[in-house]
Amino acid sequence: MWSTLVRWYHQLGSPRYFYRFSTVVLPWLWVLAIVLTAVGLVWGLAFAPEDYQQGNSYRIIFIHVPAAGAALTGYVAMGVAGLVALVWRMKMAEIMIRAIAPFGAVLAAVALLTGAIWGKPTWGTYWVWDARLTSMLIMLFLYLGVVALMKAIEDDRQGARAASLLSVVGVINVVVVKYSVEWWNSLHQGSTINLTRETTMPAEMLVPLLVSMAGIYLLFAVSVLVRARAEILRRERKSRWLQEEV
Amino acid sequence: MFLASLHRELLLVWRRPAEIINPLFFFVMVCSLFPLAVSPRPALLASIAPGIVWVAALLAVLLSSESLFRQDHDSGALEQMLVAPQSLYLAALAKMLAHWLLTGLPLVAIAPVLAYMLHLPASGYTALFVGLLLGTPVLTAVAAIGAALTVGLRNAGVLLALLVLPLYVPVLVFGAGVVIYAVDGLATDGVLALLAAMAIAAWTLAPAAVAAGLRISSGN
Repeated sequence: MWSTLVRWYHQLGSPRYFYRFSTVVLPWLWVLAIVLTAVGLVWGLAFAPEDYQQGNSYRIIFIHVPAAGAALTGYVAMGVAGLVALVWRMKMAEIMIRAIAPFGAVLAAVALLTGAIWGKPTWGTYWVWDARLTSMLIMLFLYLGVVALMKAIEDDRQGARAASLLSVVGVINVVVVKYSVEWWNSLHQGSTINLTRETTMPAEMLVPLLVSMAGIYLLFAVSVLVRARAEILRRERKSRWLQEEV
Repeated sequence: MFLASLHRELLLVWRRPAEIINPLFFFVMVCSLFPLAVSPRPALLASIAPGIVWVAALLAVLLSSESLFRQDHDSGALEQMLVAPQSLYLAALAKMLAHWLLTGLPLVAIAPVLAYMLHLPASGYTALFVGLLLGTPVLTAVAAIGAALTVGLRNAGVLLALLVLPLYVPVLVFGAGVVIYAVDGLATDGVLALLAAMAIAAWTLAPAAVAAGLRISSGN
């Protein structure tokens, strides 16, 4: 089991193997991602029951929560890829950082935007300096910093390695930010609306939420894969295996 | 080796006093812009004084750190440090320490004067001073990582700010927070201890990150 995993890990670390592997799985992932997202969103937006308190406005949860979750997951994934890139200098890890960062930034922005739209009818304001909102905003800034650093360095590998160092530092920092901001807020204002209601959520709402989460996570993964493949094509354009492949 | 590097760095900055004085002027000027822009009412100023002093100190450290490695990069001394058999960790540590001694420490020293000008209540002074004393090393350490990653880039200044400012959030939250606790008569030991912990963590880990960053941005 373990040795299979290790072998798999090493194989996927090579752009050539990764390219072939993703050629095989990508069509399936595309179908799965689109079907799950469509089912989850249509179910959630059209068929799930109305909330007794928030009415229809709560339905934005079916976009908001998946986007926020995927942005967080993407950030951790980027940190792990950064560590791998720094320690083992694996090319694929560098490519993954390049692929994850822009989509992660978009998802974080979507989460903030939908949160603001949701906040207006329920909290009465688009923005509060709540712990969760603030740490999400800072995560968006960290994503943008990684993107900006990669854009500023002309050499691909050098840029990716600089970005991996930054994303590792950023992951450590996100933990600290989360606690600092939570603590800071608990002294300044009473607790605002808590978003961790999933456990008390009725199944008619929870199931479509979980489906759309799975769908949007998969969409994120598919987008990252496509971008990673484009990056492989660009970087390895001179290598023979690629010319044979394409 | 560490002492020799430290001596070199201190001497280099010492011979260009503008590098020490400019961040200080910047700090004072930013702080004095707020009463002009917001309102000179003492009550209002007192309530925002911790934030102003901390944000201004943070920006001063950030701006001055841009030149942390630039001179050595331009003159080629940085390349020599990278290929030298001596530890790059210690060289980075020496650079950070020299930078903090000559920009961070003066900021800490002048901060109470600015706090007085901003009508900070007397109960907040100790927390502000100790908080800055513990917090500015963290600011320097994090800025050094950013400076190492951006050394040799064109218009590194804005990029450096983009990279470093989000990482400054925890220090800012605790640093400005502890002054407010002190003014409100709450216990400050816990937060100061946390700031001290962050300083220790930053100064043990950051030199390694700085060394890695320097190696990355010099391309080997």
